Amino acid sequence: MSEQETHGYKVGEPIKDTKAPEGPIEGRWDKRRFSAKLVNPANKRKINVIVVGTGLAGGSAAATLGELGYKVKSFCYQDSPRRAHSIAAQGGINAAKNYRGDGDSIYRLFYDTVKGGDFRARESNVYRLAQVSVNIIDQAVAQGVPFAREYGGLLDTRSFGGAQVSRTFYARGQTGQQLLLGAYSALERQIAAGTVEMHTRHEMLDVVVSDGRARGVIVRDMVTGEIETHLADAVVLATGGYGNVFFLSTNAKGCNTTAIWRAHQRGAMFANPCYTQIHPTCIPVSGDYQSKLTLMSESLRNDGRVWVPLAKGDARKPADIPEDERDYYLERIYPAFGNLVPRDIASRAAKNVCDEGRGVGPGGLGVYLDFADAITRLGRDAVEKKYGNLFEMYERITGENPYEAPMRIYPAVHYTMGGLWVDYDLQSTIPGLFVIGEANFSDHGANRLGASALMQGLADGYFVLPTTIGDYLAGATAFDEVDEEAVTQAREAVQQKIDKLLSVNGTRTADSYHRELGKLMWDYCGMERTEESLRKALERIPELREEFWNNVKVPGDPEGLNQALERAGRVADFFDLAELMCIDALHRTESCGGHFRAESQDQDGEALRDDDNFAYVAAWEWGEDGPTLHKEVLDYEYVKMTQRSYK
Amino acid sequence: MAVTGAILVLFLVGHMVGNLKSFFGADSFNHYAEWLRTVGSPAVPNRVLLTVVEIALVLAVALHMWSAVSLARRASKARPVKYAAKRKSQANGYATHTMRYGGVIIVLFVVWHLLDMTFGAVNPEGFDAEPYDRLVAGFDPSRWWVTLFYVVAMIMVGLHLRHGLWSAFQTLGLASGRSYGKLKAAAALVSLVLVVGFLAVPVGVMIGVIK
Amino acid sequence: MGMNLTLKVWRQNGSSDEGRMVTYKVEDVSPDMSFLEMLDVLNERLILEGDDPVAFDHDCREGICGMCGMVINGVAHGEQRATTTCQLHMRHFEDGAEITIEPWRAAPFPVVKDLVVDRSAFDRIIQAGGFISVPAGSAPDAHSVPVKKDDADAAFDAATCIGCGACVAACPNGSASLFTAAKITHLGLLPQGQPERDSRAKAMVEQMDMEGFGGCTNTGECTAVCPKGIPLDTIARMNADYLKASK
Repeated sequence: MSEQETHGYKVGEPIKDTKAPEGPIEGRWDKRRFSAKLVNPANKRKINVIVVGTGLAGGSAAATLGELGYKVKSFCYQDSPRRAHSIAAQGGINAAKNYRGDGDSIYRLFYDTVKGGDFRARESNVYRLAQVSVNIIDQAVAQGVPFAREYGGLLDTRSFGGAQVSRTFYARGQTGQQLLLGAYSALERQIAAGTVEMHTRHEMLDVVVSDGRARGVIVRDMVTGEIETHLADAVVLATGGYGNVFFLSTNAKGCNTTAIWRAHQRGAMFANPCYTQIHPTCIPVSGDYQSKLTLMSESLRNDGRVWVPLAKGDARKPADIPEDERDYYLERIYPAFGNLVPRDIASRAAKNVCDEGRGVGPGGLGVYLDFADAITRLGRDAVEKKYGNLFEMYERITGENPYEAPMRIYPAVHYTMGGLWVDYDLQSTIPGLFVIGEANFSDHGANRLGASALMQGLADGYFVLPTTIGDYLAGATAFDEVDEEAVTQAREAVQQKIDKLLSVNGTRTADSYHRELGKLMWDYCGMERTEESLRKALERIPELREEFWNNVKVPGDPEGLNQALERAGRVADFFDLAELMCIDALHRTESCGGHFRAESQDQDGEALRDDDNFAYVAAWEWGEDGPTLHKEVLDYEYVKMTQRSYK
Repeated sequence: MAVTGAILVLFLVGHMVGNLKSFFGADSFNHYAEWLRTVGSPAVPNRVLLTVVEIALVLAVALHMWSAVSLARRASKARPVKYAAKRKSQANGYATHTMRYGGVIIVLFVVWHLLDMTFGAVNPEGFDAEPYDRLVAGFDPSRWWVTLFYVVAMIMVGLHLRHGLWSAFQTLGLASGRSYGKLKAAAALVSLVLVVGFLAVPVGVMIGVIK
Repeated sequence: MGMNLTLKVWRQNGSSDEGRMVTYKVEDVSPDMSFLEMLDVLNERLILEGDDPVAFDHDCREGICGMCGMVINGVAHGEQRATTTCQLHMRHFEDGAEITIEPWRAAPFPVVKDLVVDRSAFDRIIQAGGFISVPAGSAPDAHSVPVKKDDADAAFDAATCIGCGACVAACPNGSASLFTAAKITHLGLLPQGQPERDSRAKAMVEQMDMEGFGGCTNTGECTAVCPKGIPLDTIARMNADYLKASK
C-alpha cells in the first residue's frame, strides 16, 4: 500500500529554507542583516503591517515596527494587550550573557538548544537566537523590567531546567509577566504616538491572500459581532501555541489555533504539529468540571523528591507509608540526574508509574512531590523563602498544606513546538505572511528547553522580524491593489461558518465536544503514542467532528458579545488540527523530544531517534483531500547528533 | 484637603490650650479671651490679627468642605450604579464611615458651638456676658444635652483626625510603608490628646471644678 | 455530596440595556471547583436550556492575566484575600449559600455585557506615560547601571499589578489611584525611569482624572482587595511625584 492509503497523506516536493546565508555560523545573522533591503523612511509611513496577537512576540513586534515608522494595526482577543498568555510564564529567560563567568557563551546556548531540541531544529536559527538573547536582557532592563538583583546591584541568574550554567534571568516567579508588561508598555507608547492602532476584543478569523500575497485579515469585533476587513502590505501572526487542542492544558482558556489554522488552509505550511511539550509539575485534575491545569514551577524539583507507593493501589495517607514502601522512581531509574531529569523524561516516568496503578490522588493520576527531607535539611523557613509563593498557590487550589503533606503533581500539556513553517526570515510559505513566537515552529526542534520560550518570543519580536520584514516590505510600493474577489470570498467563508454554527441548534455544547476531543488526544496522542492509538484517534476524530457539526448547540445571535459562539468556532478548528497532529505523529515512527512513539525505544525504555529517516522538518500543506508532506532536511554542521542520555 | 486640614488641626491645638486656661479660673480665661482680641496691638489695631486668623479659618473650613463635597461628588459620578449587595469593607471601613458623615456632624456642631460660645445666641448668658460665664453657663448640668452633643462631637473630631492626620501625610506624599505605623500611632495620640483636652472643660464644669 | 447554591447574577444585555439581578440555582457544586468553573457549569446548563449564558471575562485562570473579576457578595474578587476570582475556590462557601455576583461598578468601566466591563481606561492611563522610552536595539549593557536590591525589590512589588481593576471596584470613591500609583512607583524607583519621572507622574495622574475616576481618600480598600497586595504607599509616592512635577 502507498503511504497515502495507510496514513492519509501525500508526499510532495522537499522544501528548503532559502534565506539563511551560507558561511561560518557566527556571521550568518550579520550577513542577513546586511543583505536585507532597507525601506526608505519616507515610504515606511505608507506601509501598513498587521500584527495579530500581543504576547511577547506580537507585542514587541508591533511596538518595534511602530518605532521604525511603519503604520501598524495590532489585534488581540483579550480586553487589553497586557493579558496575553506570555504573562503566565514563571521561571525565567535564558541569555548567553555569561555574567557569572561560569563558562557560558553564545555557542554553548546554541549547542544546548540544538541538543535539547533533540536535533530537530535548524542550526542557523538557533545560533541567531543565542546571539540575540543578550540584547533582549539589555532591552528589558532599559525598559524597567525589575529582574532579580543581588546586593551589589547587578542582575541575579539561576540555573534552570537542568542547565549546567547559570544563564536564566528571572523576576521572582513572574518573569513572563514582567517581560510582557515591558513589551506592553512599549506598545502603549507607540499607540499614544499614533504609529500603532490597537484593536482589542477582535478575533482573527481569516487571512486575505491576494495575488499570492498575504494582504490582510478578516476579524470579528467580539463586542458588536461585526465582521471587519483590514488590509495591509504584510501580516504577522503572533497568536501563540495550540496546546488547548487537549482541552486541559496550562494555556489560557482563550488560546486557540484558529488564526494559524486559517492561514494554513490559505496556503501556509504547518510544521511538526505533533511536537508537544508536557510539563511534569502541574497540579493534578480534581474533577470532571476541571477547566484548566496550573503549572507549578519546575524549580520545585530542585528540592522536592518525587515518589509513589511501591505497592499498587496503596490508599494509605502518604505519612503512613514507611520509607521502604516508597518508590523514589526518578532517583532509582536516573541516579545521575535524579529528580532533575528533563521535562519529557520526568513526565513519561510519571505516566508509567500511574499506568502501573501506583498513582495517587483522585483517579490515580498523580505522584507525590515531597518536601519533608528538604524541610528537615534546610528548615521550614528556608523552604518557605524559596518556594513560599508556590506552596501558597498549591494550597489555594487544592486546599492542602504542602508543608505537612506532600504535593501531588501530574504532567500537563504546556507548550507546542510545532507551528507554521517559516524560513530564516520568519516568513511562511505565503509571501507576506510572517509568523513569530510560539505560533511558528522555528527554534526549539522537538523539545523546548526551560526558560527559552520567552527568549524566542522576544528575539523574534524585538530583533529578528523588524529586520527581516523590511526586506519584503522594500518592494511593497509596487504591490498590486488587493483583489476584491479575495476579500469577498474570505468574508463569505467567515460568515458562512458563523451562520452554520448558530443554525445547528443540536443537543451538546461546544465545550463538551472540546472536552471529548481533548481526552481523546491526551489518551491517543499525548505523552506516549503508538501506531494503534493514533489510528484509533484518526478514526474517531472525523466521527466526532461530524457529530459536532450536526449536533452542537450554540445559543444567541451573531451580533453582540457571544462567548459561546467564539468558543464553538475555535473548537471547530481544533478538530482539523487534531487530525493533522495525529497524521504527523503517525508518520514519524521515531521518538524524539516531545514526541514519544512506544515502538521506538531502547531496552531501557528511553526515546530512540531515527536520524537516518527522520532528520527533517515535516511541513504539511493543506488540501481538501488530505495533507501533503514536504520535507525540509536538517543538516548539522556544528553540533554532532548524539542520543540523549540522562542515566 | 490635606493643607486645609493641617491648618484646622493647628487651630484646634491652640483652641484646646486656650480652653484649658479655664482651669486656672475666670480671670485667667477672660484675660486670655481679651488677649485674643488685642494681640498685635498697638502695632495694629485691636482685633485685626484675630480677624485675619478668623478669615483664614473660615477659608480653611470652606475649602476643606468644598474639597470634601467635590470628592464626594466625583465619587458618586464615578459610580453611578451602586452595588446591590451591601459592600463589605475589607479595610475595616473606618475612613469611609467616619470622614464624610463625621464631617457633617462636626460642621453642625461648629455652627451650634459658635452660636453658643462666640455669639451667645443660644447661650443662657447671652452675647454680653464674659466668656468664662458663657462657658460655665453653657455646660451647666441642667443643659446636659448640650454637653452630650459636645462630647459626641468631640469624639467625632477625634475619629476624624485619627484618619485625617496620617491621611494628610499620605496625600502630601510624605508617608511611606515604613512610616505608616509611626504616623498612625502619632495620629491616634494627637487625636486622643485633643479629645481629652477638649472634654476636660465640660467635664470640669459638670463636676464643679470649673464654676 | 456537592453544595447547592443560589446565585444572584447581574444580567445586562449590552451597554444600552438597563440590567437586573437574576436568580439561578446551581446544584451539586464540588468544593474543589474554582468560582469560574462553578459558573461554567451554570453556563453549560443555560446553553442546553436555550438560555443566554452569563458573560464574564477570564483567560489564564491562574491569577496573573488580570482579565477576570467580579464583585462577589459585595467584595471585589470575593472575601478570600490576595486571590483573583479565578483562583477562588468553592470550598470557601457554605452549602446553601446565596451568592451575589456583580460587575465592577465604575463609570469609566462601562458594562459591555453581564459581568464584562470595558477597562480600556487603564490602557489609556499607561499610554499617557507608563513606560520608559527606549526603542528596541538602543539599550546599553544590562550591567551598566546597577540598581540597589531594595529598590529593585520594591519596584518589583509595585510592578506585579495585574491591571484587573479590583482597586477601582472596591474603592468607595471609584478611584484608580492604586493602579496608577503602582506603575508610577515601579518606574520611578528605578534609575532607568528617572528622566521621565516627573512628566510621567503628571501625565498619568491627569489622564486618570480625565477618565472620570474618583479621588483618593486613603480608605485602604484598594490594597485590601488587591490580588497582588500592591502596597498603599505607592499612592503616597505618586502624590509626591505629582506635587513635585506640578510645581
